[in-house]
Parts: sequence; C-alpha cells; structure tokens
Amino acid sequence: MRRIGRALEPALIPILAVITAFIVGSVFILVTDFQNLGKLGTDPVGAIMGALGNIGTAYYAMLVGALGDPARIGAALADPTPRAIATAIRPITETLVAATPLIFCGLAVAISFRGGVFNIGVEGQFVLGAFGATVAAIALKDQPMPLILLVSVAAGILTGAAWGFIPGFLKARTGAHEVITTIMLNYVAAQIVLFGLRSDFLRKEGSSDPISKVLSDFVRIPPIVDLPAIRLHWGFVVALLMAAAVSWFLFKTTKGYELRAAGFNLHAARYAGMSASGAIILAMTLSGGLAGLGGSMEVLGTVPQMSNGISSGYGFNAIALALLAGNRPAGIVAASLLFGALRTGGGLMQVKTGIPLDLLFFIQALVIMFVAAPGLIRVLYRFDRTRMPGADPAALEGDAA
Amino acid sequence: MRLELRDITKRFPGVLANDRISISADRGEVLGLLGENGAGKSTLMNILSGLYRPDSGEILIDGTPRSFSDPRQAIDAGIGMVHQHFELVPVFDVTEAVSLGAESVSSLVGTFDRKTARARVVELSRQYNLDVSPDAKIEDLPVGVRQRVEILKALYRKSDILVLDEPSAVLTPTETEELFGIIRGLAAAGTTVIFITHKLNEVLEVADRITVLRRGRVAGTVEPEGATRQVLANLMVGRDVKLTVAKGPATRGDVVLSVRDVHVLDDRGHAAVKGVSLDIRAGEIVALAGVQGNGQTELVEAIVGLRPVDSGEIVIDGHNTTAFSPRRVSDLGVAHVPEDRMRDGLIGAMTVAENFILDTYHREPYSRHGSLNAKAIAEGAATAVQHYDVRTPSIETFAGSLSGGNQQKVVVAREFSRPVKLVVAAQPTRGLDVGSIEYIHRRIVEQRDAGAAVLIVSTELEEVLSVGDRVAVMLGGRIVGIVEGPDATRETVGILMGGGG
Repeated sequence: MRRIGRALEPALIPILAVITAFIVGSVFILVTDFQNLGKLGTDPVGAIMGALGNIGTAYYAMLVGALGDPARIGAALADPTPRAIATAIRPITETLVAATPLIFCGLAVAISFRGGVFNIGVEGQFVLGAFGATVAAIALKDQPMPLILLVSVAAGILTGAAWGFIPGFLKARTGAHEVITTIMLNYVAAQIVLFGLRSDFLRKEGSSDPISKVLSDFVRIPPIVDLPAIRLHWGFVVALLMAAAVSWFLFKTTKGYELRAAGFNLHAARYAGMSASGAIILAMTLSGGLAGLGGSMEVLGTVPQMSNGISSGYGFNAIALALLAGNRPAGIVAASLLFGALRTGGGLMQVKTGIPLDLLFFIQALVIMFVAAPGLIRVLYRFDRTRMPGADPAALEGDAA
Repeated sequence: MRLELRDITKRFPGVLANDRISISADRGEVLGLLGENGAGKSTLMNILSGLYRPDSGEILIDGTPRSFSDPRQAIDAGIGMVHQHFELVPVFDVTEAVSLGAESVSSLVGTFDRKTARARVVELSRQYNLDVSPDAKIEDLPVGVRQRVEILKALYRKSDILVLDEPSAVLTPTETEELFGIIRGLAAAGTTVIFITHKLNEVLEVADRITVLRRGRVAGTVEPEGATRQVLANLMVGRDVKLTVAKGPATRGDVVLSVRDVHVLDDRGHAAVKGVSLDIRAGEIVALAGVQGNGQTELVEAIVGLRPVDSGEIVIDGHNTTAFSPRRVSDLGVAHVPEDRMRDGLIGAMTVAENFILDTYHREPYSRHGSLNAKAIAEGAATAVQHYDVRTPSIETFAGSLSGGNQQKVVVAREFSRPVKLVVAAQPTRGLDVGSIEYIHRRIVEQRDAGAAVLIVSTELEEVLSVGDRVAVMLGGRIVGIVEGPDATRETVGILMGGGG
C-alpha cells in the first residue's frame, strides 16, 4: 500500500492542493458576501443558508462557464443545428483555447527547469515569438496561405529560440545569472514589440494604437470545427503534440538525458564527460523555441492581430503551472486545462453571482501556495505523518555487503 | 552508572533502527560504540541528544530516568555532542564560537560578557590540554583544532557526558593521536566519553569498553584487552570478514599513466600541484597517500580532464591527454571513481538505471542515433546490480535513497562495466562500512589482475598500506616519497605524510 501511495504522490499533492484551494476560496466568498452577512443579526439561519447557496451557485456557474450548460447541451443533442451545437460547445472550446498558450509556456518553463536553469523569460520569448510570426506573415501577405502559415510559425519558433539562446549563452560563457538576464530581456522584448508595431509596415491602417494589421485577413490557423463563434483551432492539438514531444525528448533521447542530468547535478554531469554549458544553452534555446511557437499559435490562431497585450501574463503563470505539474508534460497539460477552465468559467460566475473575477486569481494563488508547501497539505490531510524530518530510513536498509 | 540507556527502541517507517539497545558508561569511562553505517549508532545518539524520542526504553542519568523532548534539555543534563560536521560560525573567533547560545551576559541590557567567556575558554583549554587560542578566527583554524573547539564548546556548557561522532574522519594520523590524548585526559578528569566510530583500531586504542551494534541491535560488548580487530569486525558484520586485502604480487606491464612534471592550479588560482611526476604500469596499484588538501584532488581532476594542466604533460596509454576533455579521457578506457560520490559520482534524483549509464549513455547499446534504448539500459543495469551486489529495491529506485556503500557500488559498477585500462579511484571507501570496503577493494584488485593500471587516492593509512603495490606520498603539492609495497609500513608512510623523514 505504501508503495502505491508513493507512486501516486506526485499527483496527490496537486489534486489535494486544488481541492483545498477551492475550500479556502469558498471562505473568501463567505466573508465577502455582505448581503448575507448583513442579515446575520436578524435572520441567522436564512443568512447562513443564503451564503452557502451563494457558494454553490458560484462554483456551479464556474463549472458551467468552463465546460458547458447541460440544458444547452441537451438542446443541441435534441436539435443539432450548427447554432445550437456552437452554443453548447463554446464554453469547453474556450477553455481549451485559454489552455493552449499555457501549455506551450508551461512546457517551455518545465524544460528549462529540467535543465537546471530558471527561465523567467518565457513571457518575453512568447511575445517576441508572436511578433516574429507577425512580421513574417505581413511580409508574405500576398503569398499563398499555407506558405505564410509555415514560414510565420517557423519565424515564431526561431525568434523565441533566439530570445532564449541569449541568456543561455550568457550564463554558459560568462556566468551571468539567467534570472536577471531573462527578466531584463522580457522588458526588451516588450519594447521591441511596441517599437515595431509603430512602424507603418506592421501597424493597422488608420490606427494610432500599436496594433498590427489584421492577420486573420490573410492567414489563419484553421479551426478544428468550423462553427460560428468557435475559436478552437489546431494550435491546441499542436500543444498536445508538443507535450508528447517534450516528454519523449526528456526521457527517451540522449540529449534529454544530458539535459536532465545537468539539471539535477551539474557536477556529476561534468564528471561524466557531458558539456555543462551545452546543456544550459540547449535548455534555454528549446525553452525559448517552445514559447515562441506558443506565441505564433496565439497570434495566428486565437486573436485576430498582434498587439502588446498578446500575452496576459502567460509566461509568468506558466512558472506556477510548471511547479504545480512538477515539470511533467502530462501534468502541464492537466494544470493548463484547470487554469484555462478557471479563466473561462470565472466570467460566467461574475455575471451570475457578482463575485469578482479576482476570486479566480485568489484560488490560483492558493493552489500554487499549497503545491509549493507540500508539508502543509501533508499535515492538513494527515498522511505520511510518521515521516520525520531528518530521519532517513533508506540509509538504514540492507547495508552489509 | 553515570549514563545508562535501557532497551531503547526506535522505529522508522519500514525500519527498526534501534531494537532494544542497552548501553551504559560510567564516570571517567570511554565507551567505544562500534557499528557499520546503518547499524543504528546515529539514531541512538540522536535519541540521547534529544533530537528523537524513543518509541520505548529509558535514558537514565545517575540512575534517574530522564526524557528529553529537545536538545536543550539534553545539554542541561550534561550531554555534549561533537558532530562529524562541525557547527561553527566561520567568521567568529574561538571565544564567540564557544559561547554562542550560552553567552555570559553582563548588565541589564544583556550585553555579551566577553571577558568572562574568554577567561573560561582559556581555563578550559589549559585544564584539558586543548591548546586553543581564544582569539583565533574559526575559518583560519585547521580541522583538527576546529574539532577541539567543538569539544571546548561542550565543556563550556558543563557537559560531562561527551559524545564524539566519528571524530577521526577528518583528521590526520597525528591529529588523531592528539585527539586520543585529549580523550584520555577528559576521562581521567571524570568525563564520560562515548566514542562512535566504524574504525576498529581506534576503539581498540582508546576505549575502555566496546559495544558493537549490528542492524539496530547490540551484537556484543567486549573489553579491548584480548579483543582483536578480527573479532570486532566479525561482530560488526555478522560473518567472517577479510580485513587484509587478498592479492598476489603485481605483474607489471607497460606504463599506462605517465604524469610528467605536472603543475595544476586550484579554484582560487593558487598552485595546488607543484611538479608531480609519476608512472603507473599495467597490473599495479599505486596508492597516493597524503592528508586531505595536499593537491591529490587537483591532480586527479587533471588526470581525468576535469581541471586544466598549468604546465607539464599527462600521457595515458600512449596518448598525450594533457588537453583532453573528460569525455575523451573516459573514452580511452579510464574509469574514475570520484572523491565525493554524492556530488560528482551520482545523480541522487535519478534512478539506479539512469546512473548506471551516466558515462556510456551516448554509446551503443544504450543509445542509437540519439535515442535511448530503454531495454538495453534496463538489462545492463539489472546485470550490473546483480554482478556488483548492489542492494536496491529495484533499478528504478533513486540512487540518492541508497546507503553509502550501495551508492559506491553503483559508481564502481558503472565505471568497471566497460573495458578499463586505467582506474583512478579517489577515496573509494570513505565513509563505507567494513563489508563494503572489503568488497570495493576486491573489485579494484580484480581490475589490477585483469591488467589495468590503478591509481588509488586515500587519506586512510590502512587502505594505502593494504591495497597499494607502491605507495606515493603527497605533501604540499609534491610527491615527497615513493615506497615499494614491502617497505611501506605505518611508520614510513605516516612520517612522510606528516612531512618528516
């Protein structure tokens, strides 16, 4: 039994963390529920019931907003018109759309973490990747669409990879700490985008805002289902494929093995004849490339055009995400879907209950806090309490040769 | 009886660390506590010092049962611990370090009464012959003196039950002798000393009584008179152990490793190796003896390609490898057992199987065209685990969770599982128990007999003398003497190590 428990442990803590975060989130709903709090003196039973009902309504609305309304799904099944189907599946497809950039960025962060480097610059690599894709697309806008698509995705990957290579190279050659350089490069990336979007070549005609020409006029990643108001495109599938590819790379290839070895223990990797600087540069470049690919998918598939608001902090959320997922590609997909669902479900919750969207960020933050402090979860759920800090039972097992 | 532990039992998940252990020690007595790694010595001492609470059993001090819920209470009861890894603030001076946490306080605002503290340090140092200057900075002191500061720290807290955990691990032979002198002095003054070690000759030399622990139980208590190393070793391991390395005379072949007037710098850019020349032939073991920090580490790193050679040259099997990368050196058939296995030899967070391919992963059969062959890796690791008797639940177990001896076996299995022309083994048995030491030595001799040249670096005289066909002694970055096997004795080598002769 203990062995099974231990095998499940990597997934157990995140799952319990999520449950705990929602429970604590409901306390947040309770104490900000001033309407029912106000009634506490006159009608305590009604106030408590009302407050509890409010929590239920809120979380139910979130669920409906993220996955779909059973009534609408029923209607679509009974009368499958394109419109009905679109209304029924829109929530869940929006969840997947929201998860897509998170998956790319999460994988980018994870691969750098696996290589022992802390790429805080995924945000900048994502944004610059999107920008690179935009420049390529606009430059080729009179070419056939498949060509534009191919070249701009490649441009996105390359720009992102280059933006990751720089801090990797600096660290390997000069020892410049990647946390500092990547944070700074995030600012540089944002300014490059702003600067570029002011040029006539990229800027939307007749606009004075820094937004690009509407890319969807001439290039678009095709949607998975062609229905009105459904934004879900093949970028999501690419994200899943990338998760599989990253997993394969890390665990089935010699380069991935080197990367993990260097990430865990740079000394031992050097002693084994691996190149430490090679692993650092590789990790950063791949990380940037994944972020750049994510950026190009976003700008070519999800939003109509490039702007400096292309990323709403995906690169930063991804750090938390990778932590939640323990840097496991499958975990990153799961965690991205959760965060995506929170993001899309939160909208409906706000409309239905008036609970501000901020609750979601509160819950997200709690999830991450609980994952970052697994000891808290262990104590809370009273498992594994026999394990004492400092005791190392393994060292006591079968020693005599 | 000053101190008595009665039927102490402590269980960790899956392991019975202490199983009804009883020990006792009187005033002025030195009790040697002997046991292999994992025999339960540390657990027992952690119970005594209040870090753990026993599941059952009693601690009696002067016949009164006591229970400690934290280390502070143990200290108040007169128990002082000197840990293997010193717990001293490097930038403090001796007076500050000794009085830390037990400062004498003068005046109402609680200023540190340095004068009183210093006076006590001076007095204690004189009384027990510790020879420690109260004003020296900790970071400037040699390891042996730092240890005496730790002892001083315990005495300062009025401890009269002193527990020394593997105290000689970091000391030179001379420093160890000095330590024994101090221990005898403390005992003569009425202090109870518990001396924890896995070194047989040390307990025989200094202890008044020896309790041997094996797998969490007391395997026996013996008087040093009449006890021999062999008796103790057998008690410790639970079977007949070979203490001497069984090996025939060396049949020497061609020179495999030739180090020619090599100079190497340390991390800070100071000369660490100052003109070393050494030839090692196929089929012989050269033991490089010396106290830690005399350039052995840097020399080894230079030989295996991890540290640039400042001047001079290194030739391995006819190739000038002076400027080779570690990978190219390794590919010539050089097996390297690094000094610090946890840091350099293994990746604790990777599995046994993954560690097994650490320097062969890029070659067939473990990989082809850049993709790993999981089946070949699993098979190779499984064979090696069996062949080298690595005690591990599975090859998917994290290497970091194995015991020290088994970790070293993983390293040795990996390094010896490919064609080897030269073995460079730095401190290959440091921190290992008798059984594992015997095993590792046998494997190294096997490599020699198969025709490999072997360089073994060790600070342990026992090891140097029993394994080496020739003994080279390193001091201050130079080789100060090479002694042929038959002439190598504790005296000849010991004197060279200390800079005499």
